[in-house]
Amino acid sequence: MTVRLVPYGEQAVLVELADLEMVLAADHAVRQLVSSVELGVVDVVPAARTLLVTTQSPEQVAPLTSRLEEVLSGVAGGEPGPAEGEVDVPVVYDGPDLAEVAAATGLTEAEVVAAHTGTPWRVAFGGFAPGFAYLVGGDDRLEVPRRATPRTSVPAGSVGLAGEFSGIYPRSSPGGWQLVGHTDLVLFDVDRDPPALLRPGWTVRFRAVG
Amino acid sequence: MTSRPALEVVRCGLPVLVEDGGRPGLAAIGVGRSGAADRSAWALGQRLLANTDDAAALEITYGTAEFVVHGALTIALTGATVPATVSGRQVPMATVMVLGDGDRLALGAPETGLRTYLSVRGGIAVDAVLGSRSTDVLSGIGPAPLTAGDTVPVGTPPTGAFPVVDAAAPRRVPSPVRLRTTPGPRADWFAKAATLSTATWTVSPDSNRVAVRLDGPPLERAQEYAGRELPSEGLVSGAVQVPADGRPLVFLADHPVTGGYPVIAVVRHTDLDLAAQARPGDPLAFTP
Repeated sequence: MTVRLVPYGEQAVLVELADLEMVLAADHAVRQLVSSVELGVVDVVPAARTLLVTTQSPEQVAPLTSRLEEVLSGVAGGEPGPAEGEVDVPVVYDGPDLAEVAAATGLTEAEVVAAHTGTPWRVAFGGFAPGFAYLVGGDDRLEVPRRATPRTSVPAGSVGLAGEFSGIYPRSSPGGWQLVGHTDLVLFDVDRDPPALLRPGWTVRFRAVG
Repeated sequence: MTSRPALEVVRCGLPVLVEDGGRPGLAAIGVGRSGAADRSAWALGQRLLANTDDAAALEITYGTAEFVVHGALTIALTGATVPATVSGRQVPMATVMVLGDGDRLALGAPETGLRTYLSVRGGIAVDAVLGSRSTDVLSGIGPAPLTAGDTVPVGTPPTGAFPVVDAAAPRRVPSPVRLRTTPGPRADWFAKAATLSTATWTVSPDSNRVAVRLDGPPLERAQEYAGRELPSEGLVSGAVQVPADGRPLVFLADHPVTGGYPVIAVVRHTDLDLAAQARPGDPLAFTP
């Protein structure tokens, strides 16, 4: 496994990884370090090809780096960690782009729904907005480009596709994903603990309703 | 009749924000740390008043605000130095002051710097959201920004003694604002990373708590990275990111958790608070 540790300022290390699979594996392994008081890990932030690990103070970067080297050599096989939980997401497949996605993939609308619900997805990383999760591991046939013109407003709960990802808009926002349906689940709620329904490492199963 | 002590905003040029130490540890679910932009100025205020280290204060941007006190309050002003009066009497910065019911605290514009903290013994007691009372202007999490007519409650004063030192030297923001940096994870994406430190930049008016945006000579990509897209990656406070137009920006407390442009340098943590005091029009230089 290709892993490179890059210093990122005085209080963080950026772990560069070969692909998203490796990010999932590394994220799982590194998140186990959060409980270490001595390392002082504040955040573990997975992204498409990297994992950012931040600490409380500059003095903790050296011990963290050596610990990361150890932990990351242990995930060299590239096995993603075990799922940390599973969320069932009921979806009404009535999205405005369902017909377009069917046309782009050469499937019927029913086949798009079957493909979206047929494979478990996995939360890879967040970052676009509080509670937003980039889901991966779905049916390959569902890879579609973003919309040429993003919508100025996408309603909360919209279920979309873009590239290899699926995702659910936690709140109303502008967005360019192809919308296939919507869910009534609340993705992000500041009064809930934890506030985000979908967190890195979790499995997501979509289920067609209504 | 006694009511709970409170602070009322009578007027303010820009919205006044409630800020504390922020909400660390939630970046993986898309929630940034936020909190006081100039953390040391905010922390000094809490220390002067013997508050707990999670007490919230008011962050006032570019001074020019007036408050009226309800009940008796013990306060301190830290951060950007502003001319201040209490019911007409001049009062100093970084000093513990007791104000009575109906006293009016008026702040002028700072001569240098941008953000002044009005701390209150007992802390600003609005409801916490995800463990913090900070307003994150990017995600909208936290209390709404305060404008004229808004009143915020003040918490129960701590029982601890005041620290022995009850005043601290006010700070001036130098010109140019000089920020020391370490190389960023994508420094090699740029033709000559040195250009960042040889140019003098000007703080742009569209700067805010998310980032200090800079005007100056666009930074050019190294040939092998021209036009290359960077998959989004995690960001830290102080990251100097270079968007497609080549004009760098320095991320502050409300930065997004990830970003898709290369980070050429990272401001040293000891200079981050200074970055938060750079104001539009200020010359700014980076020192490797």
